[in-house]
Amino acid sequence: MTFQRAWSRGAIYFVLIAFAAWYLMPIYLMLITGMKTFDQVNIATMWALPRGISLDGFSQAWVKVAPNFKNSIMITVPAAVISAFIGSINGYIFAKWKFRGSNTLFMLFLVGMFLPYQGILIPLVQTLMALGLYGSIVGVIFVHCIFGIPITALMFRSYFAGIPNELVDAAKIDGCGFFGIYRWILLPIAFPAFAVVLIWQFTTIWNDYLIGLVVVSNPRLAPVNVAVQNLAGTYYTQWQVQMSGALIAALPTIIVYLALGKFFMRGLLAGSLKG
Amino acid sequence: MPVSRSNEAAATSGGGHAAPVRAPRRRALRFRGDLAIAIVVLMPSIVAVAIFIYFFIAYTFYVSVVKWPTLLPDYTFVGLKNWINMFQDMRFRIDMRNLALYALGFMTQCIVIGFLLASLLDQKIKSEAVFRTIFIFPFAVSGIVTGVVWRWLMYPSAGLNQLFGLVGLDFLKSKWYTDPTWGILAVTIASAWQFSGYVMALYLAGLRGISHELKEAAAIDGANTWQLYRRIIIPLLAPVTFTAVVLTGMGSIRVFDIPAVLGTGAAFSTDALAFHMFQLTFQSNKMSSGAVIASVMIILAGFLVGPYLASLQLEESQ
Repeated sequence: MTFQRAWSRGAIYFVLIAFAAWYLMPIYLMLITGMKTFDQVNIATMWALPRGISLDGFSQAWVKVAPNFKNSIMITVPAAVISAFIGSINGYIFAKWKFRGSNTLFMLFLVGMFLPYQGILIPLVQTLMALGLYGSIVGVIFVHCIFGIPITALMFRSYFAGIPNELVDAAKIDGCGFFGIYRWILLPIAFPAFAVVLIWQFTTIWNDYLIGLVVVSNPRLAPVNVAVQNLAGTYYTQWQVQMSGALIAALPTIIVYLALGKFFMRGLLAGSLKG
Repeated sequence: MPVSRSNEAAATSGGGHAAPVRAPRRRALRFRGDLAIAIVVLMPSIVAVAIFIYFFIAYTFYVSVVKWPTLLPDYTFVGLKNWINMFQDMRFRIDMRNLALYALGFMTQCIVIGFLLASLLDQKIKSEAVFRTIFIFPFAVSGIVTGVVWRWLMYPSAGLNQLFGLVGLDFLKSKWYTDPTWGILAVTIASAWQFSGYVMALYLAGLRGISHELKEAAAIDGANTWQLYRRIIIPLLAPVTFTAVVLTGMGSIRVFDIPAVLGTGAAFSTDALAFHMFQLTFQSNKMSSGAVIASVMIILAGFLVGPYLASLQLEESQ
């Protein structure tokens, strides 16, 4: 019995470790490739460890993607902050100021999460052109804020719904109005919700490719994932540059995930569409 | 609605002490005023959603039934001509077949691997947090990065094939995404690498919600592990599976980044609807043809939105 148990425990760990290796393999490959000198980079010895540490691949890729990396920061940070703020207000209203039809309205908002962006790209580009936002970083921020409305409203609504109505009612009796309740009662305790939403939006917007590609036609203004894809096209044979560029593009979100995993996990569950 | 009524009730009971007659009414009015403020504050978002989601969807459908063959708008009504042409288009047909294969491969891998890993992690594993962190982290990585790395991992003369050769598993060697028939399934390996950890997290949360008493009771009744999963755990996790199906289904309809990296492949074997739509609209300027594919994608997404909203409504009413 104990032998059998030890065997099954061993099997469980074997499967878990095998999958861990599978999930880590691409990162391993990106790291060792980036650390090789140019003369070591050979597709036939792809899996071989680098002889010594060189940063040739990274530095060459960095020169190519640095301006776009900066664009991504300029896009992602404001867009995440603005959409989190909008989401906190909308979530507050949907959770605490229910009116006739507000639940139906909320459902209509949620439909936006299912929308494949291709479904709205043609009028979107026309509208951005009419507004003078097409081709600019402000335009990309604007689009991310709009399409962040459904998911951020969902996340904040779930969080605020968990806060007792008695608290809100007590504040009303003490003379707080619509803004007072938000400012003095909900905002001070909303830190975890803001962390979850900011991380979620940061990750989503940083990792976006389609909106960046369509809204900004000038490659110098494009976000980093567009640049990485362009690297893959123009440096087709120098695959170590592609790999290093990909790792650079992936680092910010990986760091956020490792540092703030708890909030990231909560975002995963909240983002799983359960209201 | 219930809430506004309870506002008034609270106002009445709260104001009862100080000014029995007038204060409650003033408060009640004030709260109705606050509700109006709430609606006004919500209004910009309502307008944005109405325009950028609903009006735009309608507009896309409209573009799909007009002429508009170039960059310059041409709103001559042509009925279903664009649709009929598209449904006869070879690339579109391959895209639909690719979607079916992609959905099958992607959903199966995510759900099977996600459930397997969650069940294993639920067995009081040492360093569970480390495994969990590793399994989920690809979700933090973009589709483009995933595509770039997996293009080299599945490069026929390198990557995994080379690795299999090194350890003597040559029978596992494959053409991956360069296979002219089954290339799209190789794409699902890359996208499942990215997304299966997310599904694992959903199942793990679901498993943690199942009470120990239930499992113990089943064990006392003589259920073996297989029966426990078959009769108790899997049925109880049905809502999680539903969510996973909706999410991976959505992912299948909108997949764009990885095909954008890999290219359409020989005979469009790694093409996707979203990529075809992008090329038609923004590279060939065939607006109306692009709008047809966009409309098809919206309709497909609709098949997932409907059941999801229904389930949500059910949950709210309970």
